[in-house]
Amino acid sequence: MTMHTLSVLVENKPGVLARVSGLFSRRGFNIDSLAVGETENPDVSRITIVVNAESSPLEQVTKQLNKLVNVLKIVELDPQVSVARELLLVKVRADRSARTQVLETVNLFRARVVDVAPDTLTIEATGTPDKLDALLRDLEPFGIKEMVQSGLVAIGRGSRSITAGPALRAA
Amino acid sequence: MTRPTPETLAHTARRSRAAAEPAGDVDPAAAARAAATPAVPAVRTPAPAQVSGAGSLVRSLEALDVDVVFGIPGGAILPAYDPLYDSTVRHILVRHEQGAGHAATGYAQATGKVGVCIATSGPGATNLVTPIADAYMDSVAMVAITGQVARPSIGTDAFQEADIQGITLPITKHNFLVQTPEEIPQVLAEAFHLASTGRPGPVLVDIPKDVLQASTTFAWPPTLDLPGYRPTLHPHGKQIREAARLMAGARRPVLYVGGGVLKAGATDGLRRLAELTGIPVVTTLMALGAFPDSHPQHLGMPGMHGTVAAVYGLQKADLIVALGARFDDRVTGKLDSFAPDAMVVHADIDPAEIGKNRHADVPIVGDARHVIDELIAAVTVERSAGHGSDLGDWWTQLDDLRNRYPLGYDEPADGTLSPQYVIKRLGEIVGPDAIYVAGVGQHQMWASQFISYEKPHTWLNSGGLGTMGYAVPAAMGAKVGKPDTVVWAVDGDGCFQMTNQELATCALEGIPVKIAVINNGNLGMVRQWQTLFYNERYSNTDLGTHKHRIPDFVKLAEALGCIGLRCENADDVDKTIAAAMEINDAPVVIDFVVGKDAMVWPMVAAGTSNDEIMFARGVRPVFDEDDI
Repeated sequence: MTMHTLSVLVENKPGVLARVSGLFSRRGFNIDSLAVGETENPDVSRITIVVNAESSPLEQVTKQLNKLVNVLKIVELDPQVSVARELLLVKVRADRSARTQVLETVNLFRARVVDVAPDTLTIEATGTPDKLDALLRDLEPFGIKEMVQSGLVAIGRGSRSITAGPALRAA
Repeated sequence: MTRPTPETLAHTARRSRAAAEPAGDVDPAAAARAAATPAVPAVRTPAPAQVSGAGSLVRSLEALDVDVVFGIPGGAILPAYDPLYDSTVRHILVRHEQGAGHAATGYAQATGKVGVCIATSGPGATNLVTPIADAYMDSVAMVAITGQVARPSIGTDAFQEADIQGITLPITKHNFLVQTPEEIPQVLAEAFHLASTGRPGPVLVDIPKDVLQASTTFAWPPTLDLPGYRPTLHPHGKQIREAARLMAGARRPVLYVGGGVLKAGATDGLRRLAELTGIPVVTTLMALGAFPDSHPQHLGMPGMHGTVAAVYGLQKADLIVALGARFDDRVTGKLDSFAPDAMVVHADIDPAEIGKNRHADVPIVGDARHVIDELIAAVTVERSAGHGSDLGDWWTQLDDLRNRYPLGYDEPADGTLSPQYVIKRLGEIVGPDAIYVAGVGQHQMWASQFISYEKPHTWLNSGGLGTMGYAVPAAMGAKVGKPDTVVWAVDGDGCFQMTNQELATCALEGIPVKIAVINNGNLGMVRQWQTLFYNERYSNTDLGTHKHRIPDFVKLAEALGCIGLRCENADDVDKTIAAAMEINDAPVVIDFVVGKDAMVWPMVAAGTSNDEIMFARGVRPVFDEDDI
């Protein structure tokens, strides 16, 4: 099984996310990560789905997705030629004795402190899932009080745009 | 259920009186239609007109050339029934929403038009779930219109609220929750377009009550806005040429024909393609009638209860050309042992079907009519270049199988009436011009085997979902769509007890269907499996219809305003059928009391390989592997 990143362009209408996510579970797929947002065209939303699957069942689920009337376009992003990022917010125990060490880790990973309390720091980091995993591993010994992670968003490298196309112009 | 409010009951009574007037010697279906159809032409409105949301709905239906809808009113949909009262659209008041749904399916399957059903919110809508799922599995063009609670009440667990859009997400081609009255014409037009184009399927339109009541404007035609919907109709030329090349080179090819060929209206082309190539044809349960049963190239139906020749033809083929078929598990048997030596050309309008169950060596996405027409042209090119193999050996093998293992049955040893005999005689006496509608179970399989289907759209059944109770309402819908055609439902006593209440609708609305109840007193197919796989432990399959004659189907028929007949022995079969054929002013039910031990053969047991086909109990076909 391998991780696949699908960019699904959909009409920005109520209930479309339910149609897409429902289809995955109905066909027996687990979604590892999901992120939804508007595109440069407010009528079009972009859903980024990370799914762990063999390529032949994935092809079947992609074809089924394509049948959804509100789905405009599906592109599988090749990790070699795309940029993928997640956002992490994490609240770490950092009293006076540990604070310097925590800040050192934050700097090493080019993360940022976004909130300070007497005994904790809240850290914001973006990056690939691998980088965020590494950051968390390093922060773990200090004590992670709470964390929240966004779904993965990804975009292809180079000047080509997947949102340019007749279907999307019509939308 | 608390659905009918006092107002709806009064409304219903007014409508029923008009429909129940005696029709004399006039065709009652036509008379009822005339009674319900004022002589006003369908409305075409270039300039916007001021109407209610309900008025906009009804005028949209008129503009879409809908001539009949099947439904039941109730609170949330009630506003729509007021303009419907004056409309050119005939509304047929059914007795249960499931009946409305299957009737819409029967209508669509018989006519090729979109079938329409209407229900209220909550229980009315959920009662449509089974027929919607049925239509989804069999790719039927259906539009279901449901009332919904008013917009401010949505999500509050209001009286008769159900999230029918959410409930039907996995069983509709698409569905809509109408948000504003202004969008009603566009949503209806989109719903009909989606239901009837590409791979057909059911579309649900849920309309909140306050949207129906609100004031709006109606203008026609609306603009469709479906940027994500672009069905591929025309196949890729390269794939067609590759398919034709394989067809020219194959030594054991088979045309595996599914329901898509009927839906595409491609039956004439199919016959030309088959006769041009000489390739044997199998037609699935959904495709019976797409290729004449009497045609010498027809091997019959493949699958669990298919003919030995059709099952082995596919199993031993070196090339399967699938046209509008989907390699359903009932056809393939155990998938990994299905047709091990076959290359597969798979043509379907739905790209997701191609390669879903069986890898396709040559995938072709397109409408079956275009695919077949282009295949004919490409095959003609191959043949004029001198390509084409001799299928003589293949036909010798298949003919030998056909001769040794024809469809047949043994007379019951206990002297009871044979169900297969009844169904065979029905087909012979009534002939190939009638429409036959089956329920689900043994009688369905016998009706698929022992009636000869020569013409498209003469066989309707619930293939994919296997919905018991389909036959009576679907026959009703078919008869409404084809009033001049004789429509016979072949039903089981189990199925019949699920939906026979629609016979009251048929009697009152002047829809003279004919029902042959193949009454073996049991849930016959389940009993057959108990016989074969559960040591004859008949847990909960005896319905008591024999032992206690409860219900008495003759009395039941009469209570529902139909003519009831009974036949209990072989000598009376012909004359009972003839008597039913004489009756054209009322629905007829024949209670054929048949033996309970008859079984459907041949059979490929569920989950086993097609190689394990049994010709009869304990009899495996002798099939010399070296011959092929």
